[in-house]
Amino acid sequence: MNRIVIVGASAGGLATAEALRRQGYGSTITLVGDEPRLPYDRPPLSKQLLCGQWTPDRLALRPDANIDALGLELRLGVRATGLDTARQVVTLADDTSLDYDALVVATGVRARRLPDTEGVAGVHSLRTLPDALALKERLRPGRHLVIVGAGFVGAEVAATARALGVRVTLLESGPVPLALAVGVEAGRFMTRLHHEHGVTIHTGAAVTEILRTGGGLAGVRLADGTVVLADDVLVAIGSVPNTEWLAGSNLTVHNGLLCDEYSAAAPGVYGVGDVACWRNTLFHTWMRIEHRTNAAEQGMAVARNLLGQQRPFAPVPYFWSDQYDTKFQAYGHLHDHDEALVLDADLPGRQLLVAYRKDDRLVGVLAAGKSPKLLRAWRALIAAATPWTTAITTTAA
Amino acid sequence: MKVGVDADKCVAAGQCVLLAPEVFDQREEDGVVVLLDETPEPALHDAVRESAMVCPATAIRLAES
Repeated sequence: MNRIVIVGASAGGLATAEALRRQGYGSTITLVGDEPRLPYDRPPLSKQLLCGQWTPDRLALRPDANIDALGLELRLGVRATGLDTARQVVTLADDTSLDYDALVVATGVRARRLPDTEGVAGVHSLRTLPDALALKERLRPGRHLVIVGAGFVGAEVAATARALGVRVTLLESGPVPLALAVGVEAGRFMTRLHHEHGVTIHTGAAVTEILRTGGGLAGVRLADGTVVLADDVLVAIGSVPNTEWLAGSNLTVHNGLLCDEYSAAAPGVYGVGDVACWRNTLFHTWMRIEHRTNAAEQGMAVARNLLGQQRPFAPVPYFWSDQYDTKFQAYGHLHDHDEALVLDADLPGRQLLVAYRKDDRLVGVLAAGKSPKLLRAWRALIAAATPWTTAITTTAA
Repeated sequence: MKVGVDADKCVAAGQCVLLAPEVFDQREEDGVVVLLDETPEPALHDAVRESAMVCPATAIRLAES
C-alpha cells in the first residue's frame, strides 16, 4: 500500500494517521482538510474558548512538532469535491487529484442552518473556530442571545453566555429539551438547571422568521406569533454529514457514509468519526456518533483494520457536557431507549442518575453531578450486555 | 517513556483509566486524572500511547526516549 488518503483533518482523521504510523505503516499518508489550520479540538469552542478562558493556540490537538514527526503530506485549506472509487481517485477543489490505495472518509458534519439565513448578520452557527470567535465577539454583558435548539451545543453556549452576563433565551421545538436523546427526566433536570441560572426557555417553539431592522438583527418570530427580540441568534439545531463529495461514487450515503461493522464502506474505503454510520455489533444497531471520543477510537480501529486486523469496531459510546458547574456524562446508546429509569434525582443538589433499557438489556447510563468514577461500573455492565433486571439489582445492591 | 498530565485540561472522561489503570486514576470527587506512574514499564507503553490518543481533552503528554 503506497498511499493512504485521509479526507478530513480533525480529531478522527488525525487519530487515524497517528495510529497508522504507530502500527508501522511507513508509506505516504495524505491528510486533506477544508479548514486552513492544523487539527484542533472542538469541544472547548462552546466553553473555554467562548468564555475567553483559553486562547485558540490551546486548541491544537497536537503540538506542531508531533504533527511534523508523523511525516504527513498535508493538504489543508482545500475541500474534497469528488470521488471515483473505480479509479481510486479523490478530486479536490483546487482541481488537483489524489490517487489512493486506501481511503479514509473523515469529513465530519457541519452545522444545520435555518433556511435563508446564510450570511445574515447576527445569525451564528457553532462548529468551527472562526464561528466561535465571531460569536465570542458578540457576547457582552446585557446583550440578548437567542439560541435556537436546546441540545447539548445550545445548552453549553447558554451556560457560557450566562457566565458572561448575557441574557439568554433558549428555544426548543419539542415539549422538553433533549427528551428524544436522553429521556424526559434528564431533559427536565437540564431545564431546571438553566432556569436556576436565569435562562428563559420556550418549548414547543418553532422559528418562522428572522426579524431585521435597518440591516441589523432584531429578533425571531415564532410559529405562534410570539416575537423574541435578540441582538444575536445562535442556530444549534443539529448537523448535516459532509457527504456531498461522495455523490456518484457508488458508496452508500444514508445518514452519513454507511459502513459495516469493521467501519468499511467498500473494499479499501473506511469511514471515521461524525460522518460514519456503522454497525455497532455490541448494540446490534447502526450508529452515527458525533462525540469527541468516538472519533479517536474509530480512527484507531480503522487504522488497525486497514492494516489487516479485521476487528469489528464495537465500542461503548461516551459523551460529556459541562454546563455551569454541572458535568453530564453518559455511556452507551441512549437515544433509541425503550425506558429511561431514574435511579437518583436530587434536583436541589443537582445530581441525577438515569439508566436506559432497550428490549431486555441495559444499553446506557447518564449521570449529572456524580463522581465520574461511579459510572465506570455501569460502563462495564453495558459492555457486557447485561440483562436489565440483573443490572438494576446489581447496582442497587 | 515519561508521562505528564494536564489537570486543567482534563475533562474527567476516564478513558485513560479504562486503558491503563496501572498508570492513571481519577480523583474521587471530580474525576480529574491522577498520574500513578510517570515512568511506566515498557509493557504498558502501548496502552499509555493509546490513552494519549483517545484522551478527548489532549491532557496526556508523552516524552519518548
